[in-house]
Amino acid sequence: MGDVYLSSLKPNEYGKIKGVLSGCKANKRLYELGLYRNAIVKVVKNDFGPIILNLSGNKLALGRGLASKVLVEPCYFEKN
Amino acid sequence: MGTIALVGNPNSGKTTLFNALTGSNQHIGNWPGVTVEKKEGKFKYKEVQYTVFDLPGTYSLGAYSEDEIVARDFILSGSSDVVINVVDATNLERNLYLTTQLLEMGVKVVVALNMMDEARQKNIEIDINTLSKNLGIPVIATVASKNKGLEDLIEKAVEYAKSGEYPKINISYGEEIDREIEKIESLLDSSNSKYPNKWLAVKLLEGDEEIFKLVEKDFELPRDVLSSIKEKAAVYELEIVDRRYAFIGNIIGSAVKKPIREVETLTDKIDKVVTHKYFGIPIFAIIMFVIFQLTFAIGQDLLGGYVGDFVGFIGEKVADLLTLINSPEWLKSFIAEGIFGGIGTVFEFIPLIVVLYFFIGILEDTGYMARAAYVMDGLMRALGLHGKTFISMIVGFGCNVPGIMATRTLDNKKDRMIALLINPFMSCGARLPIYLVFIAAFFPSHGGIVLFLLYAFGIITALVMGKIFSKFLFKEESSHFIMELPPYRLPIFKYVVRSMWDKVWDFLQRAGSIIFVVVALLWVLSVLPFGVEPYSQESILGRIGTILAPIFKPAGFGTWQATVSLFAGIAAKEAVVAILGMVYAGVSEGTELILALQEVFTPLTAVSFLAMTLLYTPCAAVLGTVKRETNSIKWTIFMAVYTFILGWIVAVLIYQVGRLLGF
Repeated sequence: MGDVYLSSLKPNEYGKIKGVLSGCKANKRLYELGLYRNAIVKVVKNDFGPIILNLSGNKLALGRGLASKVLVEPCYFEKN
Repeated sequence: MGTIALVGNPNSGKTTLFNALTGSNQHIGNWPGVTVEKKEGKFKYKEVQYTVFDLPGTYSLGAYSEDEIVARDFILSGSSDVVINVVDATNLERNLYLTTQLLEMGVKVVVALNMMDEARQKNIEIDINTLSKNLGIPVIATVASKNKGLEDLIEKAVEYAKSGEYPKINISYGEEIDREIEKIESLLDSSNSKYPNKWLAVKLLEGDEEIFKLVEKDFELPRDVLSSIKEKAAVYELEIVDRRYAFIGNIIGSAVKKPIREVETLTDKIDKVVTHKYFGIPIFAIIMFVIFQLTFAIGQDLLGGYVGDFVGFIGEKVADLLTLINSPEWLKSFIAEGIFGGIGTVFEFIPLIVVLYFFIGILEDTGYMARAAYVMDGLMRALGLHGKTFISMIVGFGCNVPGIMATRTLDNKKDRMIALLINPFMSCGARLPIYLVFIAAFFPSHGGIVLFLLYAFGIITALVMGKIFSKFLFKEESSHFIMELPPYRLPIFKYVVRSMWDKVWDFLQRAGSIIFVVVALLWVLSVLPFGVEPYSQESILGRIGTILAPIFKPAGFGTWQATVSLFAGIAAKEAVVAILGMVYAGVSEGTELILALQEVFTPLTAVSFLAMTLLYTPCAAVLGTVKRETNSIKWTIFMAVYTFILGWIVAVLIYQVGRLLGF
């Protein structure tokens, strides 16, 4: 399964963080906020404005520009 | 005597804990960025006095934004005997990230495992003993909002501070990085810094610029050594973060049991509606609108009259008393016209302010404000602004001083400067009485709508100016939007009332100090030179006003009275109504001021005057804050001048266009 950008996941889809494509400061900040490599995230909302993620039970809003720099491996192990 | 520092992620309940410990009434909000500066409080435990510092909430102790630097510098300064690290039990991984950094700094840390009730609700089981053993420091379960576990926390913290124990953790960053750390450590060894060398070494390899500056100053390291460390940092930086998380994973692994599948919570359900693509912004607008309507219904109609009558009653009694004791005429005039006519008018608006801040407090404490920032981000982004700008704007509704301080949570300079420059367009509490008195005089049956429109007009002006600044003044890229959406919580009545009381108290204090001085000064100017009719055009006050009044002629309110009140408003906005009360009515009762205003203003000039008061130069306190935050006289003057010009242009446009349309 190829990696995709976080911004392309649909609501209720899960992804495993693979890395962030950018050399900017935000990169490290994402890590510090819990979006570290191999962390599993669930997309809650992805239509307009920032994407809302569920990160082990906590919600995080992430600007669209940034979400399209985060590489994830889609996981389909849990769906309801 | 001991000193305790509170450190934790934003929204982990730090400020709640601080208030519970000290009984102070610091403002709490269920949204990130409420504490931007350290706050100090005191409490007594077993006859010993302790000082507690509430540091800004941070995710990390890097140098990402100014509030992080404030927190880090404080901890590193060694001014606290023990650090209480407040940890959100529902989000351990991320919260412990900060904990590991604290531990690496070698300071004494005690973990307050907070929000244990919410963790239980989410079926998260935490074995506190194992967690404490794995971390090597005391861990105490607390529910700060319900005052649970606090005694235990203080006891353990005090005990730990006195003991000779220090945390010992050893995070392995992998062979290669560990070797680099050792190498740098040996380079630093020769000098004596107050910071642990290992911590400095790790920070250098994380590419922390502040630490590079510090090392350059404190140690005599050759430049090429530093630049080679910098190169390595680019490679290692993220690896270090990864290793820290791996370390946390190990710690948590044996101590925490989490449900595999999380259920849809009430928060998720509410969020589906309030963050909706199309409904989000209208819902926010409706909520604000309803709040303004309720403010009028309860504050003015129900309570407003009583306070007005009361102030009038006291005024009369005091005047009677003064006549009775044969006090001189000038004193009677000062008390009746200066104090009761001026400050009394301001006091009559307290019920409205109380009610408005009560509702805003509820909104803040529920966690809705973070959603408001979220739904506004789309709009803000289209204007080249950062979504978080909106948070500083909402804080500005209370007072622009904390509003401007809240811009510190914005990470890049461009975002921050814009947020700071547009903040005064948020109608602060001090401007509210001006709106209210004019509404009572000219739009009594549409109070809520007019007030809503005024606030909305302020927001729109701020957004438009933001767009202009972002296009022409600052060329940098705007930084990314990253924000937590905390779970909804039922507001705690006690805290809502406290935060409301805080603002009202602030208002009362200002009314009692700076506004009193301004009013007294203007009263003196209004009766001098001796022999003139008080508040007449012949008085010094009248003459100054008359000289400046032509400035406002094109805006329709070129009277010396309006002019004087506007300039007094630059000292403090509350003074505007106070001065109007003095020069037009000269008596305590608000109704007389309203009748007087109806004679000299028309609905059209009332609107242009309101627009002017909304937009023109912020008060002295705000300008002082701008000076402090930007550290630049140039920007402070810019702030004072551009807002005045903008207010004037808008007021003139309203008046001239209105006249053409036949109003």
